Amino acid sequence: MTRFLLPIIAVMMAASPVAAVQPDEMLADPVMELRAREISKELRCVVCQNESIDESNAELARDLRLVVRDRLMQGDADDQVIKYVVDRYGDYVLLRPPFKASTYILWFGPLLFAVLAVFGGWRFYKARGGSAIAATVAAESAPPPLSAEERRKLDKLLKDTDGAGDTA
Amino acid sequence: MKKLIYLVPIVVLAALAVMFTVGLGRDPKTIPSVLIDRPVPSFALEALPDRGKPLSSTDLTGQVTLVNIFGSWCVACIAEHPILVNISKTGEVPIHGIAWREKDPRDAMRWLGRHGDPYDRVGHDADSRVAIDFGVTGAPETFVVDPKGVIRYKHIGPVTTEVWENTLKPLIAQLRKSP
Repeated sequence: MTRFLLPIIAVMMAASPVAAVQPDEMLADPVMELRAREISKELRCVVCQNESIDESNAELARDLRLVVRDRLMQGDADDQVIKYVVDRYGDYVLLRPPFKASTYILWFGPLLFAVLAVFGGWRFYKARGGSAIAATVAAESAPPPLSAEERRKLDKLLKDTDGAGDTA
Repeated sequence: MKKLIYLVPIVVLAALAVMFTVGLGRDPKTIPSVLIDRPVPSFALEALPDRGKPLSSTDLTGQVTLVNIFGSWCVACIAEHPILVNISKTGEVPIHGIAWREKDPRDAMRWLGRHGDPYDRVGHDADSRVAIDFGVTGAPETFVVDPKGVIRYKHIGPVTTEVWENTLKPLIAQLRKSP
């Protein structure tokens, strides 16, 4: 089994997103470098907007990676580094939207729609099983009541049929 | 009344259509600046070679100024440059330049030699530190700074005659009257 799996895993690993970090940017301390990489993955490149600065080859992304590393070396905690960049570019640079009043609709929107859908479905089936829609449909599809003339004709026909026996 | 519910999908579709149509006209590259109404970041940049007049944040107080981010590598900057040159000829407002990420600052000097030099002071930002402090996403960008050194407006992309006449000029006049 491993004979099959190993090459497949190797190929998949080779195809994983390649970082744009150049060797000359990297910090000497691997722990610090790892922190810098993790922070960089959270920050959007403002030039090529769907990439993080960790993935982007844009020069501004490189400059931002260097700023991140610089802040780390000056002793900033991870969230301080992120705050430093957000102070300059706004929440926009965060690839993960922050949880706050202006983004509640983003976080709760899907839940809200799910609740609405369940409620709507419940209303629909309740109405169909019991009364409302069924009654409306019945009322709409029922033919208009017979006029006096029609009623008289019908009575006559029924009487005739009775006389002629069961022909229905 | 019951039948109105069948209109809901059409109304939702119409709302989405309007939203997307408006969205089509928007430039996704313009990111709202968080620096509006905040003081300019403090910085001190070196002058371009043989030009003198370096730029630092203390130069941005006392009067309304424009700060223009440009680079000799920036194509759109060539498009806006004649307009900046014209503005500087009228003497309406001092324009300071930040030459952004020049591999060799002499490139910026050559570029200014070729296209004209509308700037009062010019600082060279080689490693983007000041550009990042200004929240710059690309060149050109132009900031309007009030006499207290507070950023009041940011224009992304080339300044056109329309932008100058309709936005920047009225804003500068207003800031002079009631800062």
